[in-house]
Amino acid sequence: MSRGLPLDAFTIASEVRSHERSARSVVEEVIESIERGDSEIRSFVSLMAESALKRAEVVDEIVANGCDPGRLAGVPVALKDNLCTKGAATTCSSRILEGWIPPYDATVVEKLRDAGAIVVGKTNMDEFAMGSSTETSFYGPTRNPHDTTKVPGGSSGGSAAAVAAGFVPLALGSDTGGSIRQPAALCGVVGMKPTYGRVSRYGLIAFASSLDQIGPFARSVAEAAALYEVISGHDERDSTSLLKSEQETTEEALTRGVAGLRVGVVTELLDAMAPQVVSRVREAADALGLSGADVEEVSIPELRYALSAYYLIAPAEASSNLARYDGVRYGLRVDADDVASMNAASRTAGFGPEVKRRIMLGTYALSAGYYDAYYGQAQKVRTLLIAAFDKVYERFDVLVGATSPETAFELGAKSSDPIAMYLSDVCTIPSNLAGHPAISVPFGSGEGGLPVGVQVLAPALHENEMFTVGAVIERAASDARNVGEAAT
Amino acid sequence: MKLSRSEVVHVANLARLDLSEVEVELFTEQLGLILEHATDIGALDLDGVEPTARPVPQENVMRQDEVRPGLDRRDVLSSAPAVESNRFLVPRIIGEEP
Amino acid sequence: MSVDRNSFETVIGLEVHCELLTATKLFCGCPNVFGEEPNTNICPVCLGLPGSLPVLNSQAVELAMRIGLALNCEIRPSSFHRKNYFYPDQAKDYQISQYDEPINSNGFLELPDGSRVGVTRAHLEEDTGKTTHVGGGGRVHSAERSLVDYNRSGVPLVEIVSEPDIRSGAQARAYVSELRSILVATRASDGKMEEGSMRVDANVSVRPLGATEFGTRCEVKNLNSLRSLTRAIDYEAARQIELINNGEEVQQETRHWDEDSGSTSSMRSKEEAYDYRYFPEPDLVRLAPDDAWIASVRESLGPLPARRRAKLVSLLGGSPSGPEMDQVLATVELDLDFLVIEAAKAGAPAALALARASNEVASNLDALRSLDPAAFSTTVQMESRGDLSSTQAKAVIAELMSTGRTDPVAVARDKGFEAMSGELIAQEVAKAVSEAPQEWKRYLSGEEKLSQFFIGKVMKATRGKANGKDVVAELRRLSASEGE
Repeated sequence: MSRGLPLDAFTIASEVRSHERSARSVVEEVIESIERGDSEIRSFVSLMAESALKRAEVVDEIVANGCDPGRLAGVPVALKDNLCTKGAATTCSSRILEGWIPPYDATVVEKLRDAGAIVVGKTNMDEFAMGSSTETSFYGPTRNPHDTTKVPGGSSGGSAAAVAAGFVPLALGSDTGGSIRQPAALCGVVGMKPTYGRVSRYGLIAFASSLDQIGPFARSVAEAAALYEVISGHDERDSTSLLKSEQETTEEALTRGVAGLRVGVVTELLDAMAPQVVSRVREAADALGLSGADVEEVSIPELRYALSAYYLIAPAEASSNLARYDGVRYGLRVDADDVASMNAASRTAGFGPEVKRRIMLGTYALSAGYYDAYYGQAQKVRTLLIAAFDKVYERFDVLVGATSPETAFELGAKSSDPIAMYLSDVCTIPSNLAGHPAISVPFGSGEGGLPVGVQVLAPALHENEMFTVGAVIERAASDARNVGEAAT
Repeated sequence: MKLSRSEVVHVANLARLDLSEVEVELFTEQLGLILEHATDIGALDLDGVEPTARPVPQENVMRQDEVRPGLDRRDVLSSAPAVESNRFLVPRIIGEEP
Repeated sequence: MSVDRNSFETVIGLEVHCELLTATKLFCGCPNVFGEEPNTNICPVCLGLPGSLPVLNSQAVELAMRIGLALNCEIRPSSFHRKNYFYPDQAKDYQISQYDEPINSNGFLELPDGSRVGVTRAHLEEDTGKTTHVGGGGRVHSAERSLVDYNRSGVPLVEIVSEPDIRSGAQARAYVSELRSILVATRASDGKMEEGSMRVDANVSVRPLGATEFGTRCEVKNLNSLRSLTRAIDYEAARQIELINNGEEVQQETRHWDEDSGSTSSMRSKEEAYDYRYFPEPDLVRLAPDDAWIASVRESLGPLPARRRAKLVSLLGGSPSGPEMDQVLATVELDLDFLVIEAAKAGAPAALALARASNEVASNLDALRSLDPAAFSTTVQMESRGDLSSTQAKAVIAELMSTGRTDPVAVARDKGFEAMSGELIAQEVAKAVSEAPQEWKRYLSGEEKLSQFFIGKVMKATRGKANGKDVVAELRRLSASEGE
């Protein structure tokens, strides 16, 4: 299935650092493979060939001078197009930001550069990250590399597809209600949402500020963990950035094993899911048990309220975050006689239907007379949910469940039914509301041979337990695949 | 929870969106359905539960009162839709600042 | 039409916005300065660029607490909300402000006349950019287009909201003056209404005397000076009383004060009121200053204007005249009382030091930094001893301020301000008398006020070197000797 460079990030970095391969040749190859192979999948909305080559030369020069360009030396990385890149168009896949060139870099972009990584392009997404299929993009949909009649999931579908297709070993996405994990599951790659505050949001174009987190995509848990380590850490430009630092490296976590870990299989994250998805999650849980974890099923009834709370909180914050696209300072302007009409004409022409729907919903939820019933109530549900998680985490170290209720669906299947589309995030939303970390790890396949993702949830700041469990699930999936191949 | 057409029109005004007749119909129905879905949490008795506005426990995050370099005016104005005398140009304003 | 104004009481609450004297803006590191080239102090944050995030300026919090403590407020854990509305000078189309949890609440301000006005709250918020209207005489309604400069966007403001405790335009004026003195004294704001760094909105209602319920109020905006504040309130109260006397009802609305026409006009009614959709700002965390910080701010607050005025009054001997009390108010408001205190300490008469500070120094505040307080008190002493005439003393003070020199004796010598001997004075007076025999006759016949005429003549002849008191003494001596 790989249409690009089959190398993993560690191999590239070590070869670049040891002169075996130049960063320039890596970038050239990657750009070439995207130009050749992405026309069908359309995972990228723009390539940054020139700046990437320039950056690669800098990395090669650092190596030539006997210095170390960083742990991701020469590793090509794709960025979701809601991460600001200085001098390179950043659109959120929206017409309203068409042609806008940010005058500054997001903090994660600086961190990638400091680690020697090379940003090669920007990936497609649902417009302003609102969607679960990457179909609401102004630039048209991205297709699933496993089956191009299917969606890649969303909203970070472009990043998931770019990694799944092998164009890049690593990519960044953003996850507000599952926008990293769900497309990772549907595309058969690893996708992770860190604890809220672990990764600076400075330069991430906001959808719902109290839920948004940037996180990694990779083809392995180890690579995702490495990328997470590179992008995380305190940032004084983000007031919600956490001060606490990690006690141990993810590398130790990846090899520790799950013996003695208490794993809860969450009933609500299995209920009503596609049968093959349920089977895969149970197999993954069994594999954890065989590896020494104490596995037990647990119900968290409060999770049932998460979807409703999310679809009030996220649109409410979005309605405010997206007010600034008014045609005054940047982005699309549609002229009109007076400023209010100009604002409305620009917004009406610049936003697609899903974005308008959510702005409408959020504006309504915050408006006079409805605040307490909707937004206020949803925030109390958030408190309830956090308390429920806290209680469950007294008994368990991590929780597992499905990432997505089903495997990748047909393009257009849910486009006219918002609620059906919103239900795609039912398993991922609780972690966003609580601010907790969660990861989706591929585990076998479901209907039509399409990938299934198993989700591992952990309490705030416990990314390492999550990585430990994710690594064991990954190994079990690989063992199962090998057994399956041996049998045929 | 049913939404009225006039509420949808009012909300569109607040949000500075021009909706066509068809969109007003569609949103009246769809927003109604979404809010219907949210009646499950509306039914919960959460009196006395504190709302959670953000999932970060920290307080008092502040910076020192020190000047940092800003943006170059040319860069900023070059991406503006309309400019006059180094200012952002907008059509006439109806109504005072709130 | 007969309007019975005396049977009504006016009820006023004031909302005062003041810009804080920080080095940078409230949520970003752009300079907080006035009068720069348009759009030169901007960054992703105050321009509301996609992806930018606010970070709170600790000094703005400190200054807000100073204001709160000076207004006897409680400082409480607080938070920020977003106030959502579209307006081109609002870079994000929402304003970050404090809503249900302001940093300062429940305070009061005591006015010089002893009355007390409650302070409901004093909260932090960000300022907007500045809009210039082109065409149509520069008015928003008639302009063809508008231009926006975001240099002011994000400048820190404290909004001070009073209780509806004020009962007249004059009291409102006293409240704003006192507030301004406090802002200047605490170095929280420069309090300049003309430059817009202090902006006042008034909520005005009227009710029959003795009534306990409030009448319907109107909010009056665009009050750019103390004069417009009192005029607008008086106008608005009269307008409302007239409506009621005509059997009409006051509509709750926002009204615009027009300084030229001296009247208010409706901006928007309550029905058109905005729906701001306030909600907690997710990009900022809670602000809960700890006791140690509050205590250190309290300690750093110098004596407040009321105490400082009392100090001057005591230096004046306890019962100042009306004009002296005005000088006391002005001196403290302009932060010049230290000059008077220092001069008095050095032995100069407080009343003379007060007069020089509140007139000569106050009229040239820009040069205050060059004035050496010791030199000021020496000059006042020289004047009080008669070494310098009042004209000479004023000239010496002006020289000290414009050059930064610290040696008034040398300044006086350089200017040729040697005290004139009695002999010279006698010569000059005799000359003046001989030149104006008519006036001298009238003086002799008891027209005392003609002494001013002779002082003028002598001053002119000596180019201000003579001391007025000495001239009067010589005139008296001369008239007494002629009467013999």
